[in-house]
Amino acid sequence: MSLWHFLQTFGPRLLDGTLVTVEQFFLAAVVAVAIAVAAGLMKLSRNLALKGVAVIYIEIFRGTSLLVQLYWIFFVLPLFGITLPKFAAGFMAVGMNLGAYGAELVRGAIQAVPRGQWEAAYALSMSPARRMRRIILPQALLIMLPPWGNLLIELLKGTALVALISVTDLMFQSKQINASTYLSAQSFGAALVIYYILARFLLTPAMRWLETTLRRRQERS
Amino acid sequence: MDETADYPLELTGEDVPMVRFLNVTKRYGPLTVLDKLNLDVAEGEMVSVIGPSGSGKTTVLRMLMTLETINGGVIYVDGKPLTHMPKGGRLVPADPRYLRRMRANIGMCFQHFNLFPHMTALQNCMEGPVQVLGLPKAEARARSEELLEMVGMIDKKDQHPSRLSGGQQQRVAIARALAMRPKVMLFDEVTSALDPEVIGEVTNVIRKLVAEFKLTMLMVTHQMGFARDISDRVCFFYAGRIEEQGPPDALFGNPQRERTQQFLSAVKDAG
Repeated sequence: MSLWHFLQTFGPRLLDGTLVTVEQFFLAAVVAVAIAVAAGLMKLSRNLALKGVAVIYIEIFRGTSLLVQLYWIFFVLPLFGITLPKFAAGFMAVGMNLGAYGAELVRGAIQAVPRGQWEAAYALSMSPARRMRRIILPQALLIMLPPWGNLLIELLKGTALVALISVTDLMFQSKQINASTYLSAQSFGAALVIYYILARFLLTPAMRWLETTLRRRQERS
Repeated sequence: MDETADYPLELTGEDVPMVRFLNVTKRYGPLTVLDKLNLDVAEGEMVSVIGPSGSGKTTVLRMLMTLETINGGVIYVDGKPLTHMPKGGRLVPADPRYLRRMRANIGMCFQHFNLFPHMTALQNCMEGPVQVLGLPKAEARARSEELLEMVGMIDKKDQHPSRLSGGQQQRVAIARALAMRPKVMLFDEVTSALDPEVIGEVTNVIRKLVAEFKLTMLMVTHQMGFARDISDRVCFFYAGRIEEQGPPDALFGNPQRERTQQFLSAVKDAG
């Protein structure tokens, strides 16, 4: 089967899979960012209970395998009465896992904002919450964007695991095509190329654009 | 902590100073940086603090800004306790809310300006009045523009700090602090990080403040000539204590203590 013929035959299925991968990516990214910000702030909190929850969360999700976490969320949680559809279980697992890494990025970036900025905001009598929101976070955001670019690429690639709980993403479709045609090189080759295109030609430029836009708005070139 | 319980809840009577340090002690671990400091600053007075590094002079300003906690004594601002609050007829260490309310009376300029890099000069000045004092934007803008005009930075009001020189940034920082209408202004080595040729533009603004506003000011500085020119009083700090203080002409012209003489002659030799 020629490559052209292969694409003609299986292109639509690969495209369907890619769309699901993109959906999984976006939803997982939202979960990851939300968790990262929450856990990152909690880890910096002076409240020991909040801090403890964040530390335990980060340790568990960073210290164990994403695949095992995915299986836990999909296969084990129902035993405790929490049943998630496979689509939701997929992006939740990926988002929760990468969110734990993201928490460290958030924490590190906040701590990297120069001490003088805290002091200046403090000297203006700003409340801690306002200080964080108005002064520290906007600056921390700029500091953490480049490492977030890396993390989001990891997250995109991590979504391939959701195929293992039968979410019909790009990886799932490739496996199906391979199973029915034995055209392994074409099936997995197509997946490889599509993941690369998503990461290299969509995600990376998008992050770079975001960074330049923010940097220009903050005029710190 | 308990010894302060019997300190006055409020300073009353005539001649209540704008700032009073009453037996204020500051320790970092085993190191005593300030030992039972007593210092009054009258309303409208300009006091310069000089001394060798490590003498505790910057700590004095940082304690007054409540950037540092204190380990003994009480600081009063405008007659009311700053570091403590009255509770059940006694003084107890102030909680964050009380501190936040009280330190709105105090403005501070830093050695490294610390302007917010993601805001323009004008936005820097408006941030406190809008976010903390709750002023309407138009009013905060008018107030900020007036102050930027005063420090000679109105032309650059829409520039971000990265586009401004050190002297310009420091002038914006002064306007930003003044926009909160503080009763006390603190200047912590505000010219130390500046290139020599722009120091004048910052000291001129401070001169103008002294001349035109009846603002209480405390200034830590290494510029002896400037301190001599504009201060009402100069305090020489040595090893966590006020070694000598007095009117600038007396302190610089005829220092009484040996440490003061040594310090002043060392400074003179250096430049």
